[in-house]
Amino acid sequence: MASILVPEIPAPGFSFENCQRNAFLEQKGFPAPKATKTGTTIVGIIYADGVILGADTRATENTVVSDKNCQKIHYLAGNMYCCGAGTAADTEMTTQTVASQLELQRLHTGRTVPVATAATLLKRMLFRYQGHIGAALVLGGVDRTGPHIYCIYPHGSVDKLPYATMGSGSLAAMAVFEARWKPDMNEEEGKKLVRDAIAAGIFNDLGSGSNVDLCVIRTTGPAQYLRTYEEANIKGKKQGSYRYPLGTTAVLKQRIIPLEVESVTVRPVQPMEVEASVSS
Amino acid sequence: MAASVVDTYADPNMSWMNAPHSTGTSIMACEFDGGVVIGADSRTTTGAYIANRVTDKLTRITDHIYCCRSGSAADTQAIADIVTYHLNFHRMELGEPPLVQTAAAIFRELCYNYRDSLVAGILVAGWDKKKGGQIYSVPIGGMVQRQAVSIGGSGSSYVYGYVDANFKPNMSKEEAKKFVTNTLTLAMLRDGSSGGVVRLGVITETGVERLVILGDQLPKFYEG
Repeated sequence: MASILVPEIPAPGFSFENCQRNAFLEQKGFPAPKATKTGTTIVGIIYADGVILGADTRATENTVVSDKNCQKIHYLAGNMYCCGAGTAADTEMTTQTVASQLELQRLHTGRTVPVATAATLLKRMLFRYQGHIGAALVLGGVDRTGPHIYCIYPHGSVDKLPYATMGSGSLAAMAVFEARWKPDMNEEEGKKLVRDAIAAGIFNDLGSGSNVDLCVIRTTGPAQYLRTYEEANIKGKKQGSYRYPLGTTAVLKQRIIPLEVESVTVRPVQPMEVEASVSS
Repeated sequence: MAASVVDTYADPNMSWMNAPHSTGTSIMACEFDGGVVIGADSRTTTGAYIANRVTDKLTRITDHIYCCRSGSAADTQAIADIVTYHLNFHRMELGEPPLVQTAAAIFRELCYNYRDSLVAGILVAGWDKKKGGQIYSVPIGGMVQRQAVSIGGSGSSYVYGYVDANFKPNMSKEEAKKFVTNTLTLAMLRDGSSGGVVRLGVITETGVERLVILGDQLPKFYEG
């Protein structure tokens, strides 16, 4: 029973009560505003001693590129990072929320948190929101059981794979992986393959573009975040110049008008301070 | 023309994200003398794209109980996780491995109570001391039914006749494995949303034995 003195505690969780109303409004021609969706290419692979994650850096709002150099590889913990595609705000908030929970878990147990824990936290959160959180993730990391790559979809399903791609450029990137990925590649080969997969997305997918970001997480040591590993789209130099050299235009006539400058100095005067009389 | 291509990325209804991520599937379970054989194809699709070609749709619930998942990947994974949790708890209270019937009852409970928001067709299969090898089918509305042989998923419609014609009670383990492999291969060949490799699991008193039959090792049928 709700009362003014004892307010009712609101039910926990996400409320869907307005969904039907919104569907009705949309049908009547009043659609909800659209959130920024990043047409994206994100990838991850397992190689000989760890995982390599990759992402492009284009963020789009409809057909406009809203950020030419955004970060899509998010920090989760020292031993794991997460690439995000889909609604930019959702990928950012989801990864931050889970990163916080993972740090608390690490402090609580005093151990490196397994990658499976992060995958479970992410999938539970996304499933609870029934796809309304538009986050499509490629989670990569290392723990005591070795390297792992997980693909996590907005509805909360998970795939565990040796190589994964996501986003609108995932088809282009997967074509590169299906042709060239093999088990136990060295770091040099791995970075080249991930770069090529992202480049395939950047050049063949309209939703992806700009630079290549990489993140190498080795089983042996700390993660290496390679922000702007390569600028895939360097602005070209102009072949010719349209500047005319000085004196190209002939001077036909010259007239000099002398200007009389009148200088007036205005000095501000500070009013003298008057001491207020004190009454006892 | 160019604008319509660009708009593909702007229109959320066209988006690669909004297509439900589901397992257009062929799954099967078959009782034999001493246990059950379970099998599945390995294809997961998002619209027309194969999101995973090596999926494992045979999911462990306990050491002696597995489930074959079909329908929405997210829904069936979540249900399997919840049932696993309940059965782990149940085993600790009971002090012995849970019955297959118990697992099926929990699957049914969830699938029935949430029938309006779930898309899940599950085969629960396993071995227990009380009744030996058992298969329970939990289709979309949340019914439960014990069957000696059961097929599920979109690919199953193509092979009901084959199953009815070729199933025999009390087969040997090898006979049952061959029967499941043949059925799934036929289903995969005719159903566009099934394919990849055949994954098998043989559950007996001793536990589970997992097998993979790769694409080039599948039995050959008429392809004309």
